[in-house]
Amino acid sequence: MTRIDTHPEAANSAVTVRGLVKHYGETKALDGVDLDVSEGTVMGVLGPNGAGKTTLVRILSTLITPDAGQAHVAGYDVVRQPRQLRRVIGLTGQYASVDEKLPGWENLYLIGRLLDLSRKDARARADELLERFSLTEAAKRPAATYSGGMRRRLDLAASMIGRPAVLYLDEPTTGLDPRTRNEVWDEVKRMVGDGVTVLLTTQYMEEAEQLASELTVVDRGKVIAKGGIEELKAKVGGRTLRVRPADPLHLRPLAAHLDELGITGLASSTVDAERGAVLVPILSDEQLTAVVGAVTARGITLASVTTELPSLDEVFLSLTGHRASAPQDAEPADARQEVAV
Amino acid sequence: MSARPSSTATLSEPLRAAPSPTTVTADARIPLRGHLWHTSALVRRNLLWIRQDPESMFDALLFPIVFTLLFVYVFGGSIGQSLGGGQQQYVQYVVPGLMAMMGMNMAQGVGTGFNQDFNSGVMDRFRSLPIGRGSVLFAKIAVELLRMLFATAVLLIVGVLVGFDITNWGGLLASVGLSVLFGSALMWIFLTLGVTMKNAQSVQAMGFLVLMPLQFGSSIFAPPGSMPGWLQAFTDYNPLSNLADAARGLMVGGPVAHDLWLTLGWSVALTAVMAPVAIHKFRTKS
Repeated sequence: MTRIDTHPEAANSAVTVRGLVKHYGETKALDGVDLDVSEGTVMGVLGPNGAGKTTLVRILSTLITPDAGQAHVAGYDVVRQPRQLRRVIGLTGQYASVDEKLPGWENLYLIGRLLDLSRKDARARADELLERFSLTEAAKRPAATYSGGMRRRLDLAASMIGRPAVLYLDEPTTGLDPRTRNEVWDEVKRMVGDGVTVLLTTQYMEEAEQLASELTVVDRGKVIAKGGIEELKAKVGGRTLRVRPADPLHLRPLAAHLDELGITGLASSTVDAERGAVLVPILSDEQLTAVVGAVTARGITLASVTTELPSLDEVFLSLTGHRASAPQDAEPADARQEVAV
Repeated sequence: MSARPSSTATLSEPLRAAPSPTTVTADARIPLRGHLWHTSALVRRNLLWIRQDPESMFDALLFPIVFTLLFVYVFGGSIGQSLGGGQQQYVQYVVPGLMAMMGMNMAQGVGTGFNQDFNSGVMDRFRSLPIGRGSVLFAKIAVELLRMLFATAVLLIVGVLVGFDITNWGGLLASVGLSVLFGSALMWIFLTLGVTMKNAQSVQAMGFLVLMPLQFGSSIFAPPGSMPGWLQAFTDYNPLSNLADAARGLMVGGPVAHDLWLTLGWSVALTAVMAPVAIHKFRTKS
C-alpha cells in the first residue's frame, strides 16, 4: 500500500487530503475535506472562524488524529507515519508558538537541538535565522518583551530551522496591525521564493490574494469552492468599485443607469445609502474605465471612486448564498454589511 | 506498517534537514541516545526559565523554612512531651517527616506548571517536532528533582539550626535518595493531571484536595498512636507514613526495613503505572 497506488494523480502533490473527517461531539469540525497542494506552491485555505481550518492544520501536523479519511504530507501518512512526517514539516500556529520566557536566540537554539543539529550547527542556524528575520538586536531579550510582529517573525524563524518541505501557516497575521501584517507577508513571500510548499489558512481574501496561488474555501468543515485565485475572484465578482457622487440625490439614478448599460456583467450594482455610494462589482480594468466613462457621459460629478477587494463575507455570499458562519473582527466587511443583506 | 514507502519524499529531499544518522533509525524511531539528547535540550530550557525568573524558586526556599519553624515552635513542645521528651525530641521526629512531605509539595507544582506550559502554543510546536514526546516530561521531572534537592538542602540547614542532630550521614543520604525517588513517582501522577485537566487552577485545587488528607493523615507530623482506630488504619497504609518512617529510621535510628521496602514498592509501582499513562495522555492530547 504505497501512496502511488492510492493516489496516482498525486505524484507531485506535497499534501494530499481525501475525505478527512473530524467530529467533536455534535460539531463537525471537518466533514469530508479533500485537498491537494502541489509542491512549491502556496495553497490558501480561506474560511471564517470555526470553519475547520485549524483542525485541518492540526491533523496535518500530527497533533490530532482524524476520525476518518486519509492525509499524506510529502508522501507520509499522517496517522501511520507521524515520526517521518514531523521531519518534513514546519508549523506556525495561530498563536505564536514560541516560549515567551526564553530569549529569541534560545528559542531557536532549542528547536535546532531538538531537530538533532549539533551544538555548533544549532548556534549557527539560530544566528542566521535571527539575522534573516531582522531579530538580531532582540536576540537576548525574552520573547515576552517582543511586539506582536516580532513574535510572529520569531515564530516563522522557528518553523524554518529544520528547512521544512511543507510549511503550515495557521492565520499568520490574525490580530496584527496592517503595517506588521505587511512585514509578515514579505517574510512569507521570501520563504516561498526558497521553494517551500505552504499551506496557509486565513480569514482574509486580501491575504490569500497576496500570498496564495490556489485557494480552497471552507465552511463548516466542508470545501465549498476551490481553484486558482483569479478563477475564484471571477466567480465572486473580482473587485468592488465604490462610486460616490458629490450629490447624494444622484445615487439611485446613477445605480439605475449603470444597470441599464449592462457594463457590470455578472451582478447588478447596489446602493449604500448610508455612505452615499453605489457599489459596482467589476472584473476588469476595462469595466472600471467603462463605468467611469458612463458616469461622466451622464454629467454626474463624483466625490470619490475607490476599488475594494471582496471581503470574506462577500466571498461567502456569492459562493454559498449565505453569510460566513461567524463574521469576524472589525474588518472592512462591517462597513458594507447593511447593503449586502 | 512494513510496507512503508521508503523513498516517497525524494522530490522534496534537497529541502529537508539532513537528520543526524546517530539519532534516527530507518523507521524513524528515536533511539535512546536521541531521547537523552532531546531531554537535555529541554532541561536547558527549564533551567533558563529559573534564570529568567528566579522568583520561581521561592517556594522551594520558603516552604521548608516556614514549615519547619511552624511545626517545631507551634506543635513541638506539646507533641514532644507525648513523645517522652520536649521540643528537641520533636525536631528529631518532624524533620525526616517534612522531608517526605517535600516530595509531594514539589510534585504538585509540576502539574500546575506543566498545565500552564501546555496552554501556551509552544507545546504544539514540541509535539510537531520529531522528538520522543516523553522527552518533554522527562525534562520537566529532571528539573523538578533538582528543585526538590534544593528544598531538601534548605530543610536540613533550617533543621540543624533549630537543633536537628544528624547522627548518621549515610542514612541521611539514603533518605534523601528515597524521598527523591518517591517524589519523582508522585510527579507522574501530577503530570497526568496537568495534561488532562483544563486549567492550572483546577490542577491546584485537585492537588490540594488530595494532598491535605494524605499529608495530615500520616505519621509525618505526629505519631499516629493517639489517633482513632479508623484513622490509624489509614495512616498505616498511607505511603507517606512509610516514607516518613523510613526516613526517620535511616536518619535518627529505629526500624527501617519494612517501611523502606514499602516505599520502594510504592515508588516503582506508581512510576510503572503512571509514567506510561502520563506519556500516553501527553501524546494523544488534542
